[in-house]
Amino acid sequence: MTATVPRADVSAPPSPPGRRRRPGPVELFVALLVVAVLLRGWLVGWTDSARIQTWLTVFVSIVIQATPFVVLGTVVSAAIAALVPPSFFARALPRRPVLAVPVAGVAGAVLPGCECGSVPIASALVRRGVTPAAALAFLLSAPAINPVVLVATSVAFPGHPQMVAARLIASLVAAVVMGWLWLRLGRSEWLRTPGRPELAGLSRAAAFVTACRTDMVQAGGFLVIGGLTAATLNVAVPPKWLQALGGQPVLSVIALALLAVVLSICSEADAFVAASLTHFPLTAKLAFLVVGPMVDAKLFAMQAGTFGRRFAVRFAPTTFVVAVLSALAVGAVLL
Amino acid sequence: MRRELHALVLALLGGTLLKLAVTGDYKNYVKVGARPYLIAASVVVLIIAGISLWQAVTRRLAADHHGHSHGRLDVAWLLVLPMLVLLLVAPPALGSYSAARSGTALRAGSNSALPPLPDGDPVHLSVLDYASRAVFDHGDSLRGHHVTLSGFVLPGGDGGWYLTRMVITCCAADAQPVKVGLTGTLPAGLKANDWISVTGSYADRQDKDPVNGDPIPYLSVGSTEPIAAPPQQYES
Repeated sequence: MTATVPRADVSAPPSPPGRRRRPGPVELFVALLVVAVLLRGWLVGWTDSARIQTWLTVFVSIVIQATPFVVLGTVVSAAIAALVPPSFFARALPRRPVLAVPVAGVAGAVLPGCECGSVPIASALVRRGVTPAAALAFLLSAPAINPVVLVATSVAFPGHPQMVAARLIASLVAAVVMGWLWLRLGRSEWLRTPGRPELAGLSRAAAFVTACRTDMVQAGGFLVIGGLTAATLNVAVPPKWLQALGGQPVLSVIALALLAVVLSICSEADAFVAASLTHFPLTAKLAFLVVGPMVDAKLFAMQAGTFGRRFAVRFAPTTFVVAVLSALAVGAVLL
Repeated sequence: MRRELHALVLALLGGTLLKLAVTGDYKNYVKVGARPYLIAASVVVLIIAGISLWQAVTRRLAADHHGHSHGRLDVAWLLVLPMLVLLLVAPPALGSYSAARSGTALRAGSNSALPPLPDGDPVHLSVLDYASRAVFDHGDSLRGHHVTLSGFVLPGGDGGWYLTRMVITCCAADAQPVKVGLTGTLPAGLKANDWISVTGSYADRQDKDPVNGDPIPYLSVGSTEPIAAPPQQYES
């Protein structure tokens, strides 16, 4: 702690003389740590109940468990973001939008990362002249069908290898259908073409480190939201109640699809949460895995921030319906 | 300033995870096999944090790139919360509170061709192994042997006790209990969550778990010994 206090002064922005300086985030960070350490006894006393300790243990467990996947995903996606120019994707896609949509959907498989990383990349694709329908298919498929997510899924479902294929197919179908729907029904004025100047003008190495750092704290921060929500549900919802819901074939699918929206778990970690919902049928877990990377509470916020609210209020609910139907169809065949 | 904050948050994240992996405390939260991944991830995070701090100190990059979300709460702050919980509170492994809420979780599939009992008298078995043999094998491989199990105790229905272990697949979020009923003389003054080691033999009796109705096999207690909670509390 003592080592970081002088650093705060060194890194402070050079403020013009005579102007009052508000405390920056670094000062707040150090102050937060100091206060937390001073209040440690009170914190330990406050958490001295089995219920709160269980809540905390589940919460930190989800964060610890998912962090290696988040780190791997962000490092690889940062490398691609820093090394592969977006114009490459524009050249690689077919000219006809109807064909570009499925190609972009499949191309999502080569971009390891979670949904937090694919939103900015999709917006970069739109800015580089990729047809929005193709960029949106990519936005939806990339977090769901990339190798990191599929490997995580196979690790989480050791007894059900068909779960990986089902997730891949159902997610791809939903993403491509959404792209085609946008071609038929989408209007360009719904879409706000964004700017993301973060990596512009940096050397490749600097862009890589910057992309890693921003993606890690972003994905990590949203992971914390998901962990808190999941832990709260874990402690608040009696397992008996979830078990009753798990017995209903249609209701269980809708329940887990809605749970995916609420939990907002990173796609690299959601398979483990799905696997832990032991009383639910596999098709319901598949719906959880297909819906989660495409539409959830945190993704809605990110889409609204990047593409505009008018876009998000139309796109997210439609995606939810398409994803659930796709999961039901694929689940009926494969699971 | 955003860059410096993010670098410090990442340093806290990497440092905390590395500490957990080195001290072994991570076993309270995730499976034992997660250790190499935790170490690799924390090293990568610390490297990114280190480069970013170094860039900030030497000012090799020009002004900060503010990018998105002007003035809104930076989600990076949220990462501080679980790290402070881990460093300052260090919540314990899941125990009797969770076990009482969930039904015993014996997975069928482990019933095909149970391997022969390991050597030893008494034979040291995991609670999961004992319960699987007792339920799926009807105790056939257990009869005529003394066995030793260890776990925490959980109050059963009518004044009895269950010897219990939490079983995890990946992390504590998927933890489920496995319960074995104890019949015979137990030490006085037993409290929920106390850890004991029990030596005894197979008892031909079963309960139904009140939560999910799954079978809970029994062990006839010969002797017990209070023990400290082991470093690795979960079975898998």
